[in-house]
Amino acid sequence: MAEAIVVGGGLVGAAIAYGLQREGLATALLDEGDVALRASRGNFGLVWVQSKGLGAPQYQRWTRASAEGWPALAEELAAATGLDCGLRQPGGLHLCLSDAEMQERADRMARMRAEAGNHGYEYRMLDRRELEQMLPGLGPEVVGASFTPYDGHANPLTLLHALHSAFTGLGGRYVPHAEVTGARAAPHDFRLETPVGVFRAGVVVLAAGLGNAKLAPLFGLSAPVRPQRGQILVTERAREVLSLPTTTIRQTAEGTLMIGDSHEEAGFDLSQKTSVMASIADRAVRCFPWIAGLNIVRAWSALRVMAPDGLPVYDASERFPGAFTANCHSGVTLAAAHARLLAPMIARGALDAALDAFSARRFAGGDVAMPATPRPLALRRASV
Amino acid sequence: MFRRSGPTDCTILWEGRALPARAGEPLAAALLAAGVVAFRETPVSGAPRGPFCLMGACFDCLVEVEGVPNRQACLVPVTPGMRAGPQRGARGAP
Repeated sequence: MAEAIVVGGGLVGAAIAYGLQREGLATALLDEGDVALRASRGNFGLVWVQSKGLGAPQYQRWTRASAEGWPALAEELAAATGLDCGLRQPGGLHLCLSDAEMQERADRMARMRAEAGNHGYEYRMLDRRELEQMLPGLGPEVVGASFTPYDGHANPLTLLHALHSAFTGLGGRYVPHAEVTGARAAPHDFRLETPVGVFRAGVVVLAAGLGNAKLAPLFGLSAPVRPQRGQILVTERAREVLSLPTTTIRQTAEGTLMIGDSHEEAGFDLSQKTSVMASIADRAVRCFPWIAGLNIVRAWSALRVMAPDGLPVYDASERFPGAFTANCHSGVTLAAAHARLLAPMIARGALDAALDAFSARRFAGGDVAMPATPRPLALRRASV
Repeated sequence: MFRRSGPTDCTILWEGRALPARAGEPLAAALLAAGVVAFRETPVSGAPRGPFCLMGACFDCLVEVEGVPNRQACLVPVTPGMRAGPQRGARGAP
């Protein structure tokens, strides 16, 4: 029998499962399978700090902590699995295409520094002349950029592979085709039903992305997350041109340019729209006209896991101690925090006060009315 | 390695060298018929590669055509006097 069960085999679940196993808990990782929505296989791959947490400095700090923990995570994953996640943290840029955009960005960065207090928030607003020293071939509309030294990028697919390999390498049990179809919950006593069997443990972590919305109430928790679609374009490989990533354009270690991103409220519709792809391409070409000469070789859409305020959700169940939720739309950026900070808290049985701000109780009506006694509840698959 | 089943009617320039070809046939076919097997050098190791699928899927026949890098030779129709050369490593971008 497992000591802990993690529901969800994406980046969030795999990072937590790896972290729990690393803490010495015998952990089972239940993965739905390839019918799942798999945000982890469609994301952009930034390890990104600079725009996270305006008005929510605790999110800024959590993101910073993860970015700072990333080199150690990448190192230990490489040592354990031989896989190189391709982490590069040269700092990152947000390009501005007008004086108005530049002013808005400068105001935003100043507010974030003010909110950071003496935790610090280093950034610089670069004018066009400075920017030209860093990136070649800027379009005529580019006015400048904001720069923070904290940003970087990595290969998200290698990260997912490495987390899974490191987890099973430590003795963790990966269970595919294990969609949770029902559950019983009591304090430190959980029973999860799946098509491949029943799993019991004293600790359960719900990291099922959009699936958490339906799962959380079974454990006295709430996870009001919704899908938000993003589309990405990928070019053919080219020799290195961009030595550091921008918010929406990055060159991978292999040489492809990844171009994002869109924020679309489209429910569970994963289809791609040419109008959106065109506007993504248009902005990219305005930033770097030479991108127009590169062939697009792949394009895809994926669904972000968004809470109403865009912040992560981390919760510990009060009704059923031992049950936790973890949701976010930044599975790559937060991987180090999940493996090295969150998992140890869960292993100790309680979340640190630093995570109080991420409880779903922050949402109106966030407390879910639960039956007086635990009873079995049936679940149906979310529409895909 | 390959033998033509019909006549040629023009020439193309491969790295400046004139090769016989037939207008409208795939560039890859013309090169193979002329004995060219190494179309490109890979970006990773520099190893030579040539056409594998001849139907637009494998991207192993990448060449430079009229100064445009990364063209799939199996999908480019020959025009008389067409200038082409091998794709050596990753293309440049700006």
